Amino acid sequence: MSYLEYNTKFVPTGPRKLLYLNWPVILLICAVATFGFLMLYSVAGGNPGTWMLPQLKRFGIGLALMLVVAMVPIWFWRNMSVLAYLTALALLIAVDFFGEVGMGAQRWIDLGFIQLQPSELMKIGLVMMLAAYYDWLPAKRVSNPIFVALPLILIAMPVMLTLVQPDLGTALLLLLGGGAVIFAAGVHWAYFVTVIAAGAGAVFAVFKSRGTPWQLLEDYQYRRIDTFLDPANDPLGAGYHITQAKIALGSGGWTGRGFMQGTQSRLNFLPEKHTDFIFTTLAEEFGFAGAFGLLLLYALIIIFCVSSALTNKDRFAALLTIGIATTFFLFFAVNMSMVMGLAPVVGVPLPLVSWGGSAMLILLVGFGLMQSAHVHKPR
Amino acid sequence: MKRPTRSDALIQRRFSRRALVLGGLQAGVVGVLGWRMHSMQVDHADEFRMLAEENRINIRLLPPARGLIFDRNGVLLAGNEQNYRIVITREDAGDIEEAFARLTKLVDIDPELVERAKEEMARRSPFVPVTIADRVAWEDVAKITANAPALPGITADVGLSRVYPLGSDTAHVVGYVGPVSDYDLTEGYLAEDDDPLLQIPKFQVGKTGAESRMEDQLRGSAGTRRIEVNALGRVMRELDREDGDAGADVQLTIDAHLQRYVQARLEGESAAAVVIDTETGDIRAMASSPSFDPNLFVRGISVADYNGLLNDNHVPLSGKAVSGGYPPGSTFKLVTSLAALEAGEVEPEETIWCGGYTNISGIRFHCWRPGGHGNVSFHESIKQSCDCYYYEASQRVGIDKMAEMARKLGLGVRHDLPLSAITPGIAPDKAWKRERYGEEWRIGDTVNASIGQGYVLASPLQLAVMTARVATGRSVTPRLVHTIDGVEQPSGRGESLGLNENNLRRLRAAMYDVVNHQRGTGYGTRTVLDEAKIAGKSGTSQVRRITPEERARGVTSNDDLPWNRRDHALWVDFAPFDNPRYAVCVVVEHGGGGSSVAGPIGRDITLQALYDGDPPLEAYPSNMRGRMAEQQEHIRGLAAQGATATIRA
Repeated sequence: MSYLEYNTKFVPTGPRKLLYLNWPVILLICAVATFGFLMLYSVAGGNPGTWMLPQLKRFGIGLALMLVVAMVPIWFWRNMSVLAYLTALALLIAVDFFGEVGMGAQRWIDLGFIQLQPSELMKIGLVMMLAAYYDWLPAKRVSNPIFVALPLILIAMPVMLTLVQPDLGTALLLLLGGGAVIFAAGVHWAYFVTVIAAGAGAVFAVFKSRGTPWQLLEDYQYRRIDTFLDPANDPLGAGYHITQAKIALGSGGWTGRGFMQGTQSRLNFLPEKHTDFIFTTLAEEFGFAGAFGLLLLYALIIIFCVSSALTNKDRFAALLTIGIATTFFLFFAVNMSMVMGLAPVVGVPLPLVSWGGSAMLILLVGFGLMQSAHVHKPR
Repeated sequence: MKRPTRSDALIQRRFSRRALVLGGLQAGVVGVLGWRMHSMQVDHADEFRMLAEENRINIRLLPPARGLIFDRNGVLLAGNEQNYRIVITREDAGDIEEAFARLTKLVDIDPELVERAKEEMARRSPFVPVTIADRVAWEDVAKITANAPALPGITADVGLSRVYPLGSDTAHVVGYVGPVSDYDLTEGYLAEDDDPLLQIPKFQVGKTGAESRMEDQLRGSAGTRRIEVNALGRVMRELDREDGDAGADVQLTIDAHLQRYVQARLEGESAAAVVIDTETGDIRAMASSPSFDPNLFVRGISVADYNGLLNDNHVPLSGKAVSGGYPPGSTFKLVTSLAALEAGEVEPEETIWCGGYTNISGIRFHCWRPGGHGNVSFHESIKQSCDCYYYEASQRVGIDKMAEMARKLGLGVRHDLPLSAITPGIAPDKAWKRERYGEEWRIGDTVNASIGQGYVLASPLQLAVMTARVATGRSVTPRLVHTIDGVEQPSGRGESLGLNENNLRRLRAAMYDVVNHQRGTGYGTRTVLDEAKIAGKSGTSQVRRITPEERARGVTSNDDLPWNRRDHALWVDFAPFDNPRYAVCVVVEHGGGGSSVAGPIGRDITLQALYDGDPPLEAYPSNMRGRMAEQQEHIRGLAAQGATATIRA
C-alpha cells in the first residue's frame, strides 16, 4: 500500500514537523559525534584545529542537511529513489575511469568543491532503490524467482564496481545492507539458506584448496588471511597494525588510561588513529566503560530505528528505515570487529566518530531520510 | 481511500517478523562485540597493559667508567680522558650541504670523514645523531659551541676514552683497550661473558696485558636509562636512570719511575728486564724493548704504523719479559749446581778437572774457555762459569733431579700474572722428551741442559724468580697487582723451599764473587759501596750450533755474524748481598756476551731500584764514574722525552 492511497491530512505540516521528529535518535547521534570530537582532539595531541574543528563544522552542515531532508515528505524521496540509484551507479562507473587514486584504491571523484565518494552515495541509493522496488512489487510476487533476480542484479552491480576499486569494506556493506532489505521485504527463507550455504561452501573450498594444484586464491591472499587469523605471526609486517590496535584496546582496562593519556596512541604505535582505528584510542583512553558506552549508544540508535520501522505502515518508509539502520549497524559492527581482531582489516570507518566528510554526510542524509519516514508516517 | 487488503496485513506481519529477526541478529552481534571488549579490556587488561609498556619503554645501557690503573705510588698508568666529538642530527640540521659547508669553513675536518658521516646519515633515521669527527681539539669544540646558532643540528658531544699517560713505557704491562670484536665474543676471552655492555657497538674492552686479563674488575657494571620511545624509536623522555658502577681501580706493583728508567736503559736493544722485590714478590719493573705507544691502538692505529710494528724484527708488540723463551745459558748453572749439592753428588770442596773440553760418548763438549780452567771447585765453577764442571756434575745428578730443582726455582712453571702470552718455558726431563718427541733422553741432552742450552727455555720473569728464590730460600711468587679497589692482594713472599741453607749460602757466596772477585766473570759490573753490593750470574747462550770447522778456525766473533745469529746476553743478580731486596734479570736478544752486555744493564737497574732513583756515583768503581754520570744524564733525557709528564692521581 502506498501513500497516495492514504489520507494525508494527519501528516504534520510546516514547522510542526519538528515536533514529530524522532528526537531520541538526534540526541544519540549528537552524543556519538561528541565522542568523535573528543577523540579527534586527543589524537591530535590537544590541538583542536587539526581534526576536531573541521569535523565539528562538517557535523553541523550534516545535521542541517539531515533536518532539511527530514522536512521533505517521504513520498518525494521515494520518487527520487531510482534517480539516486542510477546517479550513484553512473558515478561509480565514472570513478573507475576518472577517479583520483587515494589510499591505494580509486574512490574519489573531484567535483571541485568536494571530493565525492560515489560508493558512499550508493550505500543510501541502493537501500532507497530496493525499498522502492518492494514498495512497487505486489506482495505475492516477492518470492518469485524472476522478481528475486532483479534486486540481486541491483545489488551485484555496485558490489562489483566497488570490488574492482578495490574497496572490500564498502562492497561488504552494500552486499549485507542490500541483503537485509530483501530479507525484511519477506523473500522466502530458502533463498537465504541457499546463499549462506553456498558462501560457507566457497570459504571451505578456498581453505581446502590451499597447496593443491587447484588452489583458488593467490599465495599472497592466503598470507593475508593468515595474518588476520594470527597477527602475531607477522608482528612488524601486515600484522603490525592489528597487533598494536589490540594492545591499545586491551590496555585500556575498566576505566582507561585517561583522556589524552593513551601511550599507544600518543607515541604513534597506532595506525590510522584518527580514521579507521579511532576506536582503539577511545578504548585505550576511556577503557571498557567508554568503549561499551559507545556501543550502547549505537545499539540504542538501532533500537529506535527498528521500532520506528515497526510502527510505520508505509512499506517504502519501513524498508528504508530498516535498510538505513542496518547500513549504520554494519558500519560500526565491521569497524569494531576489525580493530578488535574479529574480522580482517577492510577499511570501514567508525560511523560519526572517524575523521572524514563523505561517510558522515551520507550517514546524516540517511538519518534525514529515516526522520522523513518517521515524520510523515501514516497516522 | 482504499482499505488495507488481507495480503497487505500478511506482508505487514511478515515484515515485522523479519525486522525483529534482523534486530535480533544485530543485538547478537552487539553482544559479541561487547563480550569481546570485556574479554580484552577487563579479563586480559594486564597482559595488554604490559605489552603497551614494552612498546613504550626502552632500556638503554649507560657504559660505566672503566677502572683506573695506578702504579704502586699512585702514578696513573691508564686513565679515562674526555673525548670531544662533533655530532650532527639530520632533522635539526635542515640543509645538510649547507650545514657541512659552514662546519668545514669553521673547523678543519677531513673531507673523507664528512663523506662517511653523510653516508651514515642517509642510512639512519633523521633523529639519530651521527658522529662526524672523533677526538676533536678543545679549541674546535669551543668554536662550534660559540657558533651554535649558525650551525643548527651540529653539536659537540663528550665521552670517555682510554689514555695511557706513560705511553710506551708501560705498553706491555698495562696493555691497551680496543672496540670489542666478533672474535672476542665468539672465540676470544669474552666468549663466555654475557654482559650486555658487550653488545654496545665499539664498546672498549681490554685487548692485551692487564687491561684484558683484569677486564672483569676494570669494566664495572652497566647503568640503565629507561626511556619512553615512540613507534619510530624516537626518544620522547627519560623515565628514570640508574647509574652503573664504575670499574674497580687497580694498583699495580710496578714503580713507574723505575719502569721508565728500565725502559730507557734498554733503548736500542731487543731486550727485556724484570725487577722483583724479593720480600713480597712484587714486580717493580717489567720492561720489554722496543716498545710501542698503546695510545695509538685506542685511537685507531693506521695501517702503516701497524705494519711497521708487525714487521720490525725486534718484535715491539711482544712482551718479551713474560712471553720470550730463551736458552738461559750459564744462568742455569744456579739450578745445576744447587741440584748437585742438594743431591750430595758433588762435595763443595771437591775439584773437577777442566781441560777445555770433555768427551762424552764420542762427542766433544767444549768449555767456553778454550784452554780450560784446570782444577775447579764448586765456588770457582760459578765464579768463572766453568762448563766442564757442569758436564760432569750433571751426569752425576741426572736430568730428572735437575728438572725438579728447576721447577722448584720457578723455571718450567707458568707464573700466572695478569699479562698476555705468558710462556711456561721448558725445564726438560726424560718424561718431557718422551712426551714431546717420542724419543729417549740421551746423556748429551743432560750435558747440554747443565749449562742452560739444548731444550732448556726460560723467560726473563722466570729467571728473575729463580734468582729471588736463590737469594731468599723462599718460594717467592711474582705479584703484579698490589690492590684491587683498595683491597690488598696476597703477598708473594712464599714459604721456605726446604733447601739446605749451607748450600744456598755457598751458592750466594759464589755469585758474590762472580761480581766482586777479580777473576769473576762479572767483575766489570761490580759496585763499591757496601750498602749496594751485588751478587749475580752472567749467561751467554748460543742460538746456533758451532761446527767443528768453525772451532778449528778459531771462535768467530759475534760481531761478524748477522744480528739474528748472535748469542743472547743474559744477566741475573740480587742485591744488597747481605740482605737481598731486589732480584733482577736482563736478557738482551742477540746482544753478545752476558757479562759485557747484559751485566752492566743489570747493575744499573739494580742500583736504580736500590736507591729509588739515580744512585750516587760513588757506588761505581772510580774509573767508571765519569762515564756513568754521562749515562745517567742521557737516560734522564730519554725518559723525559719517552712520554708526557707523569700524572699523580
